[in-house]
Amino acid sequence: MRSTGREKLFWTVGLAAVLISALTPVLWLLMLSFKTPATVGDGRLVPAQWTLDNYTTLFEGGLDSPLLRPLINSILIALIATSIAIVLASFTAYAIARLEFPGRRAILAGALAIAMFPPISTVGPLFDMWRALHIYDTYLGLIIPYLTFALPLAIYILVAFFREIPFDLEEAAQVDGATPFQAFRKVIVPLAAPGMFTAAILVFIFCWNDFVFSISLTSSDASRTVPAAIAFFTGESQFTAPTGNIAAAAILVTIPIIVFVLIFQRRIVAGLTSGAVKG
Amino acid sequence: MARASGPKPVLSERARAERRLGLLLCAPAVAVMLLVTAYPIGYAVVLSLQEKDLRFPGEGGFVGLANYVTVLTSELWWTALFNTVVIAVVSVAIELVLGLALAMVMHRAIFGRGVARTAVLIPYGIVTVVAAFAWFYAFDPSAGFVNGLPFVDDDKAWFGERFSSMVVIVMAEVWKTTPFMALLLLAGLTTIDESLYEAAKVDGANAWQRFTRITLPLMRPAILVALLFRTLEAFRVFDSIFVMTRGAQDTESVSILGYNQLISRLNLGLGSTVSVLLFVLVVAIAVVFTRGLGTQAPGREV
Repeated sequence: MRSTGREKLFWTVGLAAVLISALTPVLWLLMLSFKTPATVGDGRLVPAQWTLDNYTTLFEGGLDSPLLRPLINSILIALIATSIAIVLASFTAYAIARLEFPGRRAILAGALAIAMFPPISTVGPLFDMWRALHIYDTYLGLIIPYLTFALPLAIYILVAFFREIPFDLEEAAQVDGATPFQAFRKVIVPLAAPGMFTAAILVFIFCWNDFVFSISLTSSDASRTVPAAIAFFTGESQFTAPTGNIAAAAILVTIPIIVFVLIFQRRIVAGLTSGAVKG
Repeated sequence: MARASGPKPVLSERARAERRLGLLLCAPAVAVMLLVTAYPIGYAVVLSLQEKDLRFPGEGGFVGLANYVTVLTSELWWTALFNTVVIAVVSVAIELVLGLALAMVMHRAIFGRGVARTAVLIPYGIVTVVAAFAWFYAFDPSAGFVNGLPFVDDDKAWFGERFSSMVVIVMAEVWKTTPFMALLLLAGLTTIDESLYEAAKVDGANAWQRFTRITLPLMRPAILVALLFRTLEAFRVFDSIFVMTRGAQDTESVSILGYNQLISRLNLGLGSTVSVLLFVLVVAIAVVFTRGLGTQAPGREV
């Protein structure tokens, strides 16, 4: 469609508005993280005095520091949950997309229903169960609930990807004597790798983002993830609000995700929209 | 595992092997999902029928629907429900309009499409708690810049009263999740055949007519799916409120109320009642939307 000059201006203004509204709060937080305690309340965007103290104090004391242990927890818990979710989800998604068996429609619908679920509805029972099973405040105690919410998302994305893979290849492999499992492993998995990767990114972002489970099912830095740790930061004394530290920690958990998003933006968009809207 | 070696002429055996494989492959994921959702929900129902307060472990027992009576006759519940509905309706309505505009910008912008897509993914990727802190500090009277803006009262304590707290909470929600809405809508936009617009243009339809007569009707399924996803998500709003007010100034949502009962007050009976009620509400919303979607509901295309 040919565009007139007026339309061009219209869309340019729109684009500028999008950029400003998307980036301003992040920029604000970034600037706040460089302010000294004395200037944190001056309301200026650009710090009057720049400092890196807000960042360095987060790591003072090594593993006992406010941020290091939660950061390690977040990375490990999210990575483990993502890996397990992708493996289990790709089995399920392959079966749903390719195999003929009773209940596959119900499984997909059930998975979708679970994705819509309010996490708080399971928090009370899990809190009680995990204490009885002695996995309250452990990695496992967070990985398991993350899986339930990660699995539906991953299954949904992967079903959409598996459907795109031409059927013939796999049939050819089976005609050549491969079992269904061999056909899956040798033909489908390599072709589905990009889809799996996309699902993995989204699942990882999801786990990284969780707050409800992390503050409810943990009680210490032994397993508390970064979002929960940030929310429970206290200042060095009760008279200093940890504003600068919170801003710095917030920036630190944001950077990996932004880098992720920038590198894989095409895949993320594809993954978000593949299963959700068809025609 | 059954070996289907070579091209077997007997299809029934193959079909049976396929069946078995299908169920086998689904079993682990289904087991995990049942274990951590179906079982806890069932358990939550059981807890909601008991008087169970972990601070008084000796006491309690089966009390029937007493907890439901307590919750449904308490002002706390109705305030929380009212807040949740207001936040969900207002934020989703704003998001639909902004999301549609954003989707059009991403679809139509002559240059910088990639930039726009990347920029909107930043709010999507940011941890909700972090976004909530960004907004909290921006509106904080001592650290923030909002009170320094023109036309804003310098001393305004945004989190000191209910209405302004809710305004900021809704803004934070909108900022964080509009991109998701926009991307779902963009997917719907790209499925519309460009030649329809050309034909309408030839017939003399202006931009607004083309939008209301072509874009909106053809995007109905995409819009409904996006609304369903976002409404259900907005209904469980938690992170932003927890960071900004912790439910003070009557800004509790249903999820915050449930959390406070369950984890802060350790009253598993009353807390589970709130959780079960929230679950029922979410199911009800999903059913209503799925009716509206009809055959276009996600998952039906299998």
